[in-house]
Amino acid sequence: MTDTERYDFDVVVIGAGGAGLRAAIEAREMGARTALVCKSLLGKAHTVMAEGGIAAALGNVWPEDNWEVHFRDTMRGGKMLNNWRMAQIHALESPDRVLELEEWGALFDRTSDGRILQRDFGGHRYARLAHVGDRTGLEMIRALQHRAVSIGIDVFMECKIVRLLQDGAGAVNGAVGFWRETGRFVTFGAKALVLATGGCGKAWKFTTNSWECTGDGMALALWAGADLIDMEAIQFHPTGMVWPPSARGLLVTEGVRGDGGVLENRDGERFMFNYISPFFAAETAATIEEADQWYSNKKDFRRPPELLPRDEVARAINSEVKEGRGSPHGGVFLDIASRRTPEEIRRLLPSMYHQFKELADIDITTTPMEVGPTCHYAMGGVRVEADTEATTVTGLYAAGECAGGMHGSNRLGGNSLSDLVVFGRRAGMAAAERALEIPGAPEVSEAQIADVTRSATSYFDNVGTEDAYAVHRALQETMQSLVGIIRVENELLEAKGKLAELEERASHCVVEGNISFNPGWHLALDLESMLAVSNCTTLSAIERRESRGGHTRDDYPGFRPEFENVNMVTRLVDNGYVVAQEPKPQMPGELARLFEEEVH
Amino acid sequence: MAIDTGPAASTPPEPPSDARPQDLVMRLWRGDASGGRFQDYRIAPQEGEVVLDVVHRIQATQAPDLAVRWNCKAGKCGSCSAEVNGHPVLMCMTRMSTLPLDEPITISPMRAFPIMRDLVTDVSYNFEVAKLIPAFRPRPRDPDGLYRMAQVDIDRGQEFHKCIECFLCQNVCHVIRDHEENKPRYAGPRFLVRLAELEMHPLDTLDRRDYIRRDMGIGYCNITKCCTEVCPEEIHITDNAIIPLKERLVDAHYDPIAWIGRKITRRPAPLPASEARRHTGAVHAQPGPGGPGPGNSDRPATRPGLADDTGSAAPEPGNGA
Repeated sequence: MTDTERYDFDVVVIGAGGAGLRAAIEAREMGARTALVCKSLLGKAHTVMAEGGIAAALGNVWPEDNWEVHFRDTMRGGKMLNNWRMAQIHALESPDRVLELEEWGALFDRTSDGRILQRDFGGHRYARLAHVGDRTGLEMIRALQHRAVSIGIDVFMECKIVRLLQDGAGAVNGAVGFWRETGRFVTFGAKALVLATGGCGKAWKFTTNSWECTGDGMALALWAGADLIDMEAIQFHPTGMVWPPSARGLLVTEGVRGDGGVLENRDGERFMFNYISPFFAAETAATIEEADQWYSNKKDFRRPPELLPRDEVARAINSEVKEGRGSPHGGVFLDIASRRTPEEIRRLLPSMYHQFKELADIDITTTPMEVGPTCHYAMGGVRVEADTEATTVTGLYAAGECAGGMHGSNRLGGNSLSDLVVFGRRAGMAAAERALEIPGAPEVSEAQIADVTRSATSYFDNVGTEDAYAVHRALQETMQSLVGIIRVENELLEAKGKLAELEERASHCVVEGNISFNPGWHLALDLESMLAVSNCTTLSAIERRESRGGHTRDDYPGFRPEFENVNMVTRLVDNGYVVAQEPKPQMPGELARLFEEEVH
Repeated sequence: MAIDTGPAASTPPEPPSDARPQDLVMRLWRGDASGGRFQDYRIAPQEGEVVLDVVHRIQATQAPDLAVRWNCKAGKCGSCSAEVNGHPVLMCMTRMSTLPLDEPITISPMRAFPIMRDLVTDVSYNFEVAKLIPAFRPRPRDPDGLYRMAQVDIDRGQEFHKCIECFLCQNVCHVIRDHEENKPRYAGPRFLVRLAELEMHPLDTLDRRDYIRRDMGIGYCNITKCCTEVCPEEIHITDNAIIPLKERLVDAHYDPIAWIGRKITRRPAPLPASEARRHTGAVHAQPGPGGPGPGNSDRPATRPGLADDTGSAAPEPGNGA
């Protein structure tokens, strides 16, 4: 198995979503010989799913907007856990990155005077999101894809990277992967390597993420000795579809609740009234009668409890399901059909109506939806140095969702697309700078390559009945029910135990069939990544004994001062997962002052 | 649980003991470049599934090595194109309830592309064509560093940008579906849309008309609209992209007034051949025998016919130059 194909490059970028494409473009334009390696076909990455827009303080709609306001919004949204320098760079540079996409052919919606139109989004003080209807991610990936192809970047499609290669001093000098079509192994020698592999949502049962989001980059970094940070910070949406399968993971906008939709358990009880915490009691309707009058008279009546903040709604749904009062498929019912006429629903929620009709053959004007918490985005990821995206391993860089720090404990909508291009570019630049200083070709170790290929193909030699699909289902059930949107210590500890069992089971997976385009084998290898990431998330979630952003601990509600200034760092020590609290970078005084002068 | 039905089946397998009369029969193509056959899988129907859900359940319970390409399962990435009961569709957007479930449901790979394995085809032809599209070349920005475009001037371009590159239009285009030999001379509907988008882009300054006529083979299209009919994004490929492009070419090449106009204005001349062939980065799928080899970045990635047929313009090296 040592007879692998071999390619040498200055810079190898793994992942061809927004961050990977932007990194490769930058590295190539700096003169580095650059390869882009991706698990799917070019242009299919999860970036295409992004709808809302790309956040940048262009000031086209609100001239008052500027980078300082964007920076402050981002830090506040992340509950101040963000790496301040990343948030600053992001806010400063995202306008240039948006204009650059336009220069590469992207067609954003326009203002009446012909500039880029910007839309409002939660957490952003001003209308700030450049967008193209509801398909901004597709627009962005195409612009980047065309640019990458036109400047001659070598793209290796449907090629999965299994492990990184390192020299005697620990610096990354290559990667080993295989062509999904043939199963043939391929070695990339690299003087610098950029991870841009996206998120890890496929470890959860209900997720908006596509099949590729298996945490490969986070796991590759971890196995190479790099640190991950804040892996407990996972963004869930409280109302994603859990049924039918055709629509599973699809987000149901909060607008459905705002327009009259109510949450009910299996007994038809409008359960949110049982979950009004004292903190919100004064502003929340206490009875159904009162709540129902709010929709037509918002002045004299208090808000229905269905419109409590996201985490309150999520906690209520979570409790109903765990106490056995959920819907048949593990969620609760969201009913607007019995609350509004079909005409009203179609008028108020046209895209929701059409989406469900087309994808699921569900008529939301006659049928309640089954919804539950859905995994959407990983704020945590590979620890990087803010200006260069250098990880804690020499020669290894990370950008986009697989990197941590930028979003703190909670990400604002629209900040992910801008994250991809701002930090993709910086990672590509830093990787190229390093690569261009190193003479000669990278010398990779044949022994390391042989180890990787032997280990990756060992599944074909396994005997027994264990199968990757079953282990994946068990992992998803574990993470969904024990490390989901609402967490508590005994469940997290239970998850930790189960993950150890699952790792053992996964190592015994038997792969049927041969090595060419074999999804069972691919899943067995993706499971290695998902299990590594799930362990880090669980350990960090145990360690952060407070609730902050995307991490909600039922046993430790609210912020706690002792966790305010620490990142949860996970790494491998002697092949074991270890978590440590380490101080987060401290914001300089002139930026800290932005949070004192409140401008409400 | 799998039941062979193809002619190559040597021994008829036992019908599964737990098969029930209400089970669906999914007839999936299994095989690779060397050949294959349809194979039946019996599986209980479940409420609210799309075709891709059922394929995934078969994969998870009966055929773990069943190859199928998919990503988003929401109609946004264009990966799961296939022919379901002979109709070219996205499997993730085809609800089971729209199919006649009392007869076998046949799923075969797209026919216009070589089989890789099972339902996965080698679509690298499309990525080769993509490299030959002369890139966007915008005019300079306004003095304040911005570009201004009216929404009405980009509506058409935004329609074309909805393309998710599922390649179903390429799959049904009879110019290449039944004539492999035309591929080197013809870009196909997807890339005519791409060229139309560039030609109509308010900021673009390059004139690709001559190139589109001569090298992209637009003349092969005789506007049967098969592409438009299968487009999941409902892009009016023929009416809004190809026909207007054809009209522009006619204007450019056969209109004497336009010809004189080109001589006396400063409109950029049609793209020179060397310009069109400048884009030489390689996009690799798994290289087959004779495919792109190592050290690719020093080699032009061009196709015969579309490439350097005049011998006059040596492609510049891309990467590594």
